[in-house]
Amino acid sequence: MTRPPIPLPPLRRPRSADLTATFAGLPLPQGTDLPPYRRRELVLLVFAGVLATSALAALTFADIGELSLGIFSIGLGFFCLWALAHLAVRRFAPAADPVLLPVVVALNGLGLVMIYRLDLAKSQAAKQAGTHIPPSAAQVQLVWTLLAVIVFVLVLALVRDHRNLARYAYTAGLVGIVGLLLPIVPGIGTSINGARLWLRVGPFSFQPSEVSKIIILIFFAGYLENKRDVLSLASRSVLGVKLPRARDLGPVLMAWLASLGILVVQNDLGSSLLFFGMFMVVLYVATERASWFLIGFVLFMIGAVLAHSMFSHVQVRVDGWLHAFDGDNPSSTSYQLVQGLYGFAAGGMTGTGLGEGHPQKVPFANTDFIMASLGEELGLTGVMAILTMYALIVLRGMRAALGAKDPFGKLLATGLSFTLALQVFVQVGGVMRLIPLTGLTLPFVSYGGSSIVANAAIIALLLRVSDSARRAPEPASDAPLFDPGAVADSPTQVVKTT
Amino acid sequence: MDPTEPSELVLLIVKIGFLALLWGFVLVAVRAVRLDMFGPTKRQQRREPPPMARPTPPRTPPQPARKPQSPSKLVVTKGHLAGTTIPLGSSPVTIGRAQDSTLVLEDDFASGRHARLVPHDGQWFVEDLGSTNGTFLNRSKVTSPMPVPLGAPVRIGKTVLELHR
Repeated sequence: MTRPPIPLPPLRRPRSADLTATFAGLPLPQGTDLPPYRRRELVLLVFAGVLATSALAALTFADIGELSLGIFSIGLGFFCLWALAHLAVRRFAPAADPVLLPVVVALNGLGLVMIYRLDLAKSQAAKQAGTHIPPSAAQVQLVWTLLAVIVFVLVLALVRDHRNLARYAYTAGLVGIVGLLLPIVPGIGTSINGARLWLRVGPFSFQPSEVSKIIILIFFAGYLENKRDVLSLASRSVLGVKLPRARDLGPVLMAWLASLGILVVQNDLGSSLLFFGMFMVVLYVATERASWFLIGFVLFMIGAVLAHSMFSHVQVRVDGWLHAFDGDNPSSTSYQLVQGLYGFAAGGMTGTGLGEGHPQKVPFANTDFIMASLGEELGLTGVMAILTMYALIVLRGMRAALGAKDPFGKLLATGLSFTLALQVFVQVGGVMRLIPLTGLTLPFVSYGGSSIVANAAIIALLLRVSDSARRAPEPASDAPLFDPGAVADSPTQVVKTT
Repeated sequence: MDPTEPSELVLLIVKIGFLALLWGFVLVAVRAVRLDMFGPTKRQQRREPPPMARPTPPRTPPQPARKPQSPSKLVVTKGHLAGTTIPLGSSPVTIGRAQDSTLVLEDDFASGRHARLVPHDGQWFVEDLGSTNGTFLNRSKVTSPMPVPLGAPVRIGKTVLELHR
């Protein structure tokens, strides 16, 4: 094949879209002209870095009244850390969504500054009381963030095509369940604050259910991709709703029993809710049958009533939620919740300003109640901005699902973004007393290592799906898929390769 | 008052400034989303010159346009009955599991009276007869009678039908 004569090298530096193509480890399909996604991502990433640095600067200014150069080097370090993730996206997923990563970085930066702010409050209180200054949670979280970036890069590098994951669907289901059950094993499992969710090896504790949720989601997506045809069969119509066949109810009942099992064995309301919700949404998306959703809702209601009547810790949670301000509620466990609400109230529209409030008055202010801390110091305006960022992440995840060409990718991306959405809803709803408290972490913001590592893996998988959605060439034309007449009549010919 | 303590006014400016920066970030991110969904606005297009044209791969020459002709047969291309051909006349073709259909399907996903093909003005229209699992023309669901182009796949359950000359 003859090539056209090579033109003189252009005087201008190559455009960054071309730079993306040259940097990419995977070849882009010929003729695909990508918008400059990675340049947009870099611009947004710099903005996110500036945002985190100025949060730290505002905090330090309020705390000691002056700024030092150290703040900027910390900010630069934080930016460089996430710039590694950006380089990995350039190399392994050049066509991926440009908005996801920067929004995650901004949330992570805000979370780190808030955790550091609560550290400051704790150490000041310890100084005044003359006791030992507690170790810094922000430093630990920074190490976990580094680990999260490494996991992010590894997931992008190892999972070159998300469809390969579908092959391991059943293995993933087994591994996920084993991971869920690990904390029950005596010796390595420990319970913290009543929930038996942690693995403790030496000084490190890890929450395997965070990783299990991704692995089990891979199983759900792979399983339902195969079974969707059967499960979407309808048998009869009752009150205008087409019900599925009774013998197809098995998997739903299994998922329901499993999530009740998590509740029984591990005393954890949050994960139980998350697993069942995840399964129902993937099932609904796979079959397009609203009746599954109704069945799931009915099962959820039955499960909720059962759990409330059988387990005392669920009763305590519901009681603290319904009678938070009664003062004489039977279990009087709503102190934390009420303090969080007072925090929001103190914040008002624009908040007290970073470093100016008293968020340390809420127990567990840096994990479960970090939203109350943010609400106190950034106010309604800041909380709305944070919730909008989460909405953007979920929106871009759903966009990746819509664009995905294969059913497995669609189900996986839907499930992953829904998981994030449900976590944020259950968490923030709990803190704001819309629903009972469940004890999930706020993704990317809360203090907690396993949470940030697992959520970074979720973002990496979403970027992978979105990359393959944009990379895949469009179907050539709307010509007939198969034309037996034409094939039968045409003479045999050598297959042309272009 | 402690002289190192920053004044209220400065703290207020810092607070409002940070919230503005926070929303600035959100708006820039939303703008990036909009760029992706709707393409650049006219103003941005003026500012950013269009990317240099890349050498496009040689396309296969377009096939000579066929004259629209009315189809003469219905071919089953996928499913249990793949290969079956039904000559088309001037009467409608009913499709479903019911024994009195023109094309009797043995398909769990098909309804008794699933769909029918009706000729009108030299064109064939596909019409769904209130089936449970739907009829699909070119991957889109048939909700009202739709004209069926030559060679376009009509999917009913696991069966795919095409009109041929």
